[in-house]
Amino acid sequence: MSPPPPLPRWADVGLIPLINVFAALVVSGIVVAIIGENPFEAMMVMIKGAFVYKGSLGYTLYYATNFIFTGLAVAVAFHAMLFNIGGEGQAYLGGLGAGLTCLLLDSMLPAILLVPLAIMASAGFGAVWGAIPGYLQAKRGSHIVITTIMFNFLAASIMVWLLAGRLKAPGQMSPETRSFSENAELPFIHDIANALGMEMARSPLNLSFVVALLACVGVWVLIWRSRLGYAIRATGHSTKAAEYAGIPVSTIIIVTMAISGGLAGMMAINEILGVQHRTILGFTSGYGFTGIAVALMGRNHPVGIVLASLLFGALYQGGAELDFEFSTITREMVLLIQGLIILFSGGLAYMFNKPLAHLLGALLSQRDRTSHTEAGQNG
Amino acid sequence: MANGGSGSPLAIELSDINKSFGDVHANRNVSLTVVPGHIHGIIGENGAGKSTLVSILYGFYGADSGTIRINGETTTIRNSADAIGKGIGMVHQHFMLVPNFTVLENVMLGREGSLSVETGARKAREALNKLSQDFGLAVDPDMIVEDLPVGLQQRVEILKALFRGAEILILDEPTGVLTPQETEQLFDILRALRKQGVTILLITHKLKEIMAITDDVSVMRGGEMVAHLQTADTSPAELAELMVGRKVLLEVDHTPARPGAPVLDVQDLCLTDAAGIDQLKQISMTLREGEIVGIAGVSGNGQSELLDVLSGIMAPTGGHFTVGTNQITAERPSDPAELRDFGVAHVPEDRHKCGIVLPFSAAESMILGYSGGDEEDGGWWLSPSKLEESCAGRMREFDIRPPIPKLQSANFSGGNQQKIVLAREISTQPKLLLVGQPTRGVDIGAIEFIHKQLIALRNEGCAILLVSVELDEIMSLSDRILVMNNGQIVGELAREDADETALGLMMAGIGAEEKDAGSAKGAAS
Repeated sequence: MSPPPPLPRWADVGLIPLINVFAALVVSGIVVAIIGENPFEAMMVMIKGAFVYKGSLGYTLYYATNFIFTGLAVAVAFHAMLFNIGGEGQAYLGGLGAGLTCLLLDSMLPAILLVPLAIMASAGFGAVWGAIPGYLQAKRGSHIVITTIMFNFLAASIMVWLLAGRLKAPGQMSPETRSFSENAELPFIHDIANALGMEMARSPLNLSFVVALLACVGVWVLIWRSRLGYAIRATGHSTKAAEYAGIPVSTIIIVTMAISGGLAGMMAINEILGVQHRTILGFTSGYGFTGIAVALMGRNHPVGIVLASLLFGALYQGGAELDFEFSTITREMVLLIQGLIILFSGGLAYMFNKPLAHLLGALLSQRDRTSHTEAGQNG
Repeated sequence: MANGGSGSPLAIELSDINKSFGDVHANRNVSLTVVPGHIHGIIGENGAGKSTLVSILYGFYGADSGTIRINGETTTIRNSADAIGKGIGMVHQHFMLVPNFTVLENVMLGREGSLSVETGARKAREALNKLSQDFGLAVDPDMIVEDLPVGLQQRVEILKALFRGAEILILDEPTGVLTPQETEQLFDILRALRKQGVTILLITHKLKEIMAITDDVSVMRGGEMVAHLQTADTSPAELAELMVGRKVLLEVDHTPARPGAPVLDVQDLCLTDAAGIDQLKQISMTLREGEIVGIAGVSGNGQSELLDVLSGIMAPTGGHFTVGTNQITAERPSDPAELRDFGVAHVPEDRHKCGIVLPFSAAESMILGYSGGDEEDGGWWLSPSKLEESCAGRMREFDIRPPIPKLQSANFSGGNQQKIVLAREISTQPKLLLVGQPTRGVDIGAIEFIHKQLIALRNEGCAILLVSVELDEIMSLSDRILVMNNGQIVGELAREDADETALGLMMAGIGAEEKDAGSAKGAAS
């Protein structure tokens, strides 16, 4: 009946995500067992597929790169209590920004200038695509969840229209731009490693991963070390307090959504500059949405987001391996398992909080009773 | 403790009640006996455990240990339905009424009695009429609740409890929202209920009320019962000392003011809200250096809006005000950041929603409103170590406990949260300090400290505008008192001329004949 004592921070941040993932794996295991496969064997295949096989780690990190960007995007917005569901569309538009820059300039500028410019363009396009719903929320009261979802559809339609029309490579049938020149390529990590004399298997992992890690540091500094971050968090925790403090709440909402959209837009550099070297249809393939689960699981903290991104990267890569190894486990079954993880660590993220809090509370108070500590009075 | 005398069992008998929330031992071996037909007061500071205790009695929480006996019978109360079944009724501090329902509909809510609301309503109407007659609680059953004055709304709450068969009535801080006259009416009702044999448990932090109405009083401090007394045998000073655990100065050391140059000049200030309602009507006043001007009024008569406009949170829709040489009008509104630059500091009425950010550390809450920062202050960046260092200094200066800058603002007691706000606003050495409800939800010890700080600030030459619903506070701190009713200033009294009756009449809109004879009729209940 009585409310449980608050969950200690270590349990909230460390234990709860592990329990959530474990619960998801148990349910997945039951599903695998029902279709007649050995769940433990399947688990081993996934782990090996994600980390052990040659080049698999590179793939895992390549997927994780996408999730870091989209996860950070959701997290930054969340600190201002904004649910940015539009990462998918912002990333898509980011791809347009990077693509247009490269199409226009790849014959003129060297890589050292073109690549940073293309990164900025992807962030800029994403930022605009995030800032518009931000503006509508701040000035017009249109709910950000609704507008960002609608902006995903708008982005998808614009991209189809452009890639099947104006931007389509001449004489091509497929809806994509021409390939960019080498000046627009972010180098692969295995190429860098080989150049340094280290053996490394081929994988799509490229320098974007490093950019993603830098973005994590940047977000941490922004949120917890800058005056803007202070204003963002104050707005998020209490709009009334922010108004009282003279923080321009509408501006903060728009700026936060621009930063969030910019981070989501930067996801495109991994796909467009890093791997595809052209802008293609549907390259975002749901990473923007998965970013929501990543941010939830990572508790909106960059470190948590890196860890959650690794998990989801491993799921994507290991899942592909699962599909390959078992004839009964199809691509759809892998999607189901991924869905379960998202369900447990995203949708049901707080399901185990209360029971765990009760359990820990009982354990701790038992310890207290035996040692008889003085409890302070706290109004 | 004395028994009822007639040998009837005690109405309430709690023994050794314990309740902990995590590390906080909110009730420790609390025992309480209440004689039937008595008005029994429970007094204590905020966080003393009063609310926890009545929550246990009313079934909101289960006690960790201890026994409850109602009318001599040992019982367990698992939820409020259990409590109601045992004849316990509760009138909450914040009314639990559906504002757009009629009195009758509110009273019968959850007790419709039959599938057809009509039949239930007929029975409820009869019962309600009988109750009204028996206890002298006249309310028109067909009035919409939100159209009733607060005092009558409270009456509906009491009727609701009686309708459910309450013989033991718990009132949690019932006078917080009432004018002195309404408070007196409430006490009349309570006396009538006592005559009819109803047992009343009155939770309050106001010593005066305990002395005025109760038969017995129990004092709580730090989760424990520290004394059970008969009201006739005690004094406010003794109760205050028991509540705080040390001697307290109930009177503020108030020296005559030496007002200087005008700091704030308000002319015909108006505010019309989005719904087209005039919240402020032609407010004019002047504040000078080194004086405290109190605004008395029943809450909801425009005081909050006045603070919001003067602090820049809301723009006026008419008139203007001048701070120093800066004029703020509807055409040229300001914002809180700019007004802070003009030397206006603001202790907001609602410290939980505005004054601090609960999940922030104390150090972070300590710069709320001042997070813009100067260039030499690190420009775009914040340094937590610097914030914590300066916060630690202010914590020492203002005796904020515990003195841990990293601790979440939510984990400080009400009094210490208020000290965080006050420390922040006073440290800027403002020319004008706007203060809303400085001691709401603050314990006596901290009240004493806060009052001293305000007087000291005044003596240094700051102009202070004090808004409070606590008349005692207004009267003991202010050099001049303005009374607000229905969005306008209806009168001004010098400190020497102010007494509760005069203020109370003005607050109710009576005695403002020279201003507006019509409004007086509407406000009288």
